[in-house]
Amino acid sequence: MIAVTMVTYVIFFMVPANPARQAAGQAATPERVAEVEERLGLNDPVYIQYARFMKTLVVDRSLGYSFVNRRPVNDEIFAAAPVTASLVFGGMFFVLLIAIPIGIISALRPRSLIDRAAMIYVLIGISLPSFWIALVLAYFIGFKLELTPLAQYCEVFSPPHASGCGGLRDWAYHMILPWLTLSIVVAGTYVRFIRAEVLETMSQDYVRTARAKGAPERVVMKDHILRNGMLPIVTMLGMDIGLLLGGAIFIEFVFALPGLGRTAIEAIGTFDLPKLQGVVIFGAFAIIVLNLIVDLFYAWIDPRIRLT
Amino acid sequence: MAPLLDVRDLKTHFHTDDGIVHAVDGVTFSVEQGKTLGIVGESGSGKSVTCLTIMGLNSRRTTVTSGEALWKGEDLVQMSPRRLRDIRGNEIAMIFQDPMTSLNPVHTIGRQLVEAIKLHREVSTRNARARSLELLKAVGIPRAERRVDDYPHQFSGGMRQRVMIAMALVNDPDLLIADEPTTALDVTTQAQILDLMARLQREFGSAIILITHDLGVVAEVADEVVVMYAAQIAERGPVERIFNRPHHPYTWGLLGSLPRLDADLERLVQIPGQPPSLLNPPRGCRFHPRCSYVMNVCRTENPPLEPVSDDPGHLQACHLDEATKDREAEKLLAVTMAKAD
Repeated sequence: MIAVTMVTYVIFFMVPANPARQAAGQAATPERVAEVEERLGLNDPVYIQYARFMKTLVVDRSLGYSFVNRRPVNDEIFAAAPVTASLVFGGMFFVLLIAIPIGIISALRPRSLIDRAAMIYVLIGISLPSFWIALVLAYFIGFKLELTPLAQYCEVFSPPHASGCGGLRDWAYHMILPWLTLSIVVAGTYVRFIRAEVLETMSQDYVRTARAKGAPERVVMKDHILRNGMLPIVTMLGMDIGLLLGGAIFIEFVFALPGLGRTAIEAIGTFDLPKLQGVVIFGAFAIIVLNLIVDLFYAWIDPRIRLT
Repeated sequence: MAPLLDVRDLKTHFHTDDGIVHAVDGVTFSVEQGKTLGIVGESGSGKSVTCLTIMGLNSRRTTVTSGEALWKGEDLVQMSPRRLRDIRGNEIAMIFQDPMTSLNPVHTIGRQLVEAIKLHREVSTRNARARSLELLKAVGIPRAERRVDDYPHQFSGGMRQRVMIAMALVNDPDLLIADEPTTALDVTTQAQILDLMARLQREFGSAIILITHDLGVVAEVADEVVVMYAAQIAERGPVERIFNRPHHPYTWGLLGSLPRLDADLERLVQIPGQPPSLLNPPRGCRFHPRCSYVMNVCRTENPPLEPVSDDPGHLQACHLDEATKDREAEKLLAVTMAKAD
């Protein structure tokens, strides 16, 4: 975590730009800019600024205040995180919903028509950029067919009455396209991965033992193949969710979702260091937490990993 | 009485990228109730595939099977998958070569035994568990009550093979197929496992097919012996005939290559050459390229499996005349001092 904050700081100060000028506004006089610089503490050496930042982080559990609008970064992160979380967890749910059955079917019938079709889909999913898929989906499903809204986010809880949307249904309704985009982009990799994993596990001796016991194929698949093949899939899932929580930038951008990815882009555009730092720290934190969860899952899945 | 299992002209062909592999090519034998049949042969001679075919455990996508394997009169080869599943693990059980990888690493052994029972019997988990414990004790797992909830990786190789045997026997099968059950174990454990199997056979009355490349093991436990070479049967008969009056040069080779403690030989006698590729087996007798008694007819005609003239229970597939065979067998036995005695 400390390494992450340091790297962000160093990279930020290598960029030849003046955050104070941005923060002070277009029409600011040089005196005004200097005053803002003084107030944001930008005149101090980098390591002092860094120490100050770390102190607020550790002592006040605060990520500081935005350079631009002086709002606490904590608030901004907490506002943006649920949006990204909705996108990522919902999207990954659909990824698994698509990838597990297709992966298994392809593995059961290698070189069949279904398998070949699945592999073509995998190639498409891996090759196409997410923003292109997002735009195409928005155009056809949202604009032409008018089945879904084009963009915007709706709160699940505490609907803001002014904007006229909120609650579980509106939330899901607005999230359909982003979820679909994410699942199309990510599912390809998973189909391929699950297929390979199932194929490999299928040829294990204990799977033959299970068949020799007279177990029907459904039981063999569920209790013996999938249960053993799950481990690497869970690993990958954990890493991907952690990564995406740091901001699925393109998808959030296209669908105007006020998530972490968008927050990060805004922060970069305005040289808003505390805000950017906040997103980065949150992302790193998410990855660490997800990895911890994955490790705990391991022990549950595979008794060999349990400590005795 | 009709035999328990009657295998007739069984053929198993695998379709691979390189062509068709004739892994089992016209194998005929039968197993009587409560008896032990030993199948011996080198690696790749089709011993294991024969048994996997009987169990219907080959991949259906790439395998073509013909011939018959009559189980109490029903043909296992033509049987519906559903009926076959009823028999597998219930009437016919199988133990595999490598106990280290043959148990599912993520389930407790108790759960795996209970699964084997519940697949075939309508019993409560409690009763299935009691039965599992009983079997684990029977195969000599110390402190079975505690170990039943352990995972396979907490057992040694020998103990895992005992668990496999327990799992195979929980449903009291009529036939136990053991595919090189001791190959992956060290020598003292091997002896323990073989003793265990012999004892359990007496207790449970199961017939056993023992696949092995260890002739010593066969001499000890088998009633009948099938010697396989390159997917076919070279010689078949009661164990004492095979060891006292072997009639196939390949069997001579196998017997001659046994290590002995009582003679100070410079090196072991070996059969020259390699087992043939089953993708493209040699014409004529499949053993002829490695046979020191080879004649012209051997290069063109594959000898049929025929009974020895004065001993109808003993079959062999070799073109040599019987006088020569008896003479050579005598010579060999004089050297090896009749192993089976």
